[in-house]
Amino acid sequence: MRVAAAAPAQRRVPPRPRMTPAAIRWLSVAVGLGAWEAYGRLLASPIFTYPSAIARAAVALVQTGELQFYLQASLVVLSLGLLLAVAAGIPLGVAVARWPLLEHATDPYINALYATPTVALIPIIVLWLGFQTQAKVALVFLFCVFPILINTYQGVRSVDRRLLEVARAFCSTEWATWRDVILPSALPFILAGIRLAIGRGLVGMVVAEFYTSITGLGYMIVQYANTFRTDRLFVPIVVLMGMGVGLTGLLKRLERRIAPWMHVLREE
Amino acid sequence: MTAKMVVEGITKRFGDVSALGPCSVQVQPNEFLCVIGPSGCGKTTLLRVLAGLVPPDEGRVWVDGEEVRGPRPEVAMVFQHFGLFPWKTVWDNVAYGLRVQGRPKAEIQERVPKFIELMGLRGFEHKYPYQLSGGMQQRVGIARALAVDPEVLLMDEPFGALDAQTREFMQEELLRVWRTQRKTVVFVTHSIDEAILLGDRIVVLSSRPGRVREVLSVDIPRPRSGDRVRGLPRFHELRHRLWELLRAEAEVVR
Repeated sequence: MRVAAAAPAQRRVPPRPRMTPAAIRWLSVAVGLGAWEAYGRLLASPIFTYPSAIARAAVALVQTGELQFYLQASLVVLSLGLLLAVAAGIPLGVAVARWPLLEHATDPYINALYATPTVALIPIIVLWLGFQTQAKVALVFLFCVFPILINTYQGVRSVDRRLLEVARAFCSTEWATWRDVILPSALPFILAGIRLAIGRGLVGMVVAEFYTSITGLGYMIVQYANTFRTDRLFVPIVVLMGMGVGLTGLLKRLERRIAPWMHVLREE
Repeated sequence: MTAKMVVEGITKRFGDVSALGPCSVQVQPNEFLCVIGPSGCGKTTLLRVLAGLVPPDEGRVWVDGEEVRGPRPEVAMVFQHFGLFPWKTVWDNVAYGLRVQGRPKAEIQERVPKFIELMGLRGFEHKYPYQLSGGMQQRVGIARALAVDPEVLLMDEPFGALDAQTREFMQEELLRVWRTQRKTVVFVTHSIDEAILLGDRIVVLSSRPGRVREVLSVDIPRPRSGDRVRGLPRFHELRHRLWELLRAEAEVVR
């Protein structure tokens, strides 16, 4: 759009699309699904599937209550792991940002653990904590805690020094400065950290379910892959996709509501 | 008359650079004192020392005979960058100083609307700073400083970030408010016209490290308005004198 506006003298300006961006998106999805459907029906392979078959499988899985059962198990793991990560990550991030001693003491551990691919830790977690919910929650926690911790730390660190001076000029105590200045200023960073954590947490949840106990959406995927039920296999995948899109979208909206000034700054 | 604020021989260095002084000034009660000087002469540093935000390397500052060792509740500051909290509404920004100083709720409820009204911010109470123009934002900054009922108001180029028109308007607003809220004001500026329009006296600082080069009395009767003051011969005499002083200082730098 900007290019077209910048060169008004040119005769051949590419025509503006007549459809709204939203309409283009919906149409693109419809075309993609339609093509998949047509190709799948043509191929008629037992290990390939297509949207209408997946939809039928979803209805069947909902009717038997199987999907709800596994989804619930997954949600418990995800929310417990995320909750623990928030409960540990935010205070730890604040503490590390506040006390240089703690920062330097914990820095090697945090960096090393964050850099380690968390999946590599699965066998050891299973060995220590078994195959049950406990182990899965621990894994989700490990996937989630670092983005929250690191973003909290960054948020606290990036507080406007000038506003800290304003607080000092008005004789604010340190505790009041944290309450009035540092934490509100870090809040958008913390929310963005939680948003990243949800994405990683979903990965952690599925991988944990692949490797550990006999429940959850991840288990559903493995089970139906092993029995070549590709239509049913796609149902938990679609649910996971929906969870990812829905949860991060929710957090983005929350960020915008809680910190509207950040939004404005970015647009400028 | 005992001085409200006494500055005695303060100096400040940043690393190898001597930024300020030695510098000595006395500020009289209810006086509007302007501080002017070539850029980089340490005007802002002087003000931050007066506010107790940075300790001087040498020398001392007294307010009402008490030595300044840190920020004091009876001294309030207005910043060039406004220093508003983007997550607080206008109301909460104005209430900030009162809350942080633990004033009773009833007092906050009474004083905040008063200063919102005084600074012409009525109807904007629930707006956030990013929704306001620069001039409006600085009104919030001034309301916040006045709300704590300070005895001394320190203003660090408060209108420096505003456009020329808004700036003139804000100068007149400040004079109007100062008539009703008699405070001792130390006002740092780099604008000669602004200093003459606002000040009872003008302290001219030398180039870095800033020392008091001269103190001029502005013997133009109040109430002053920009239009009228700029038409007076005395205004042009003072302006000429200040120009000479500042130009001489600028040449020292070269």
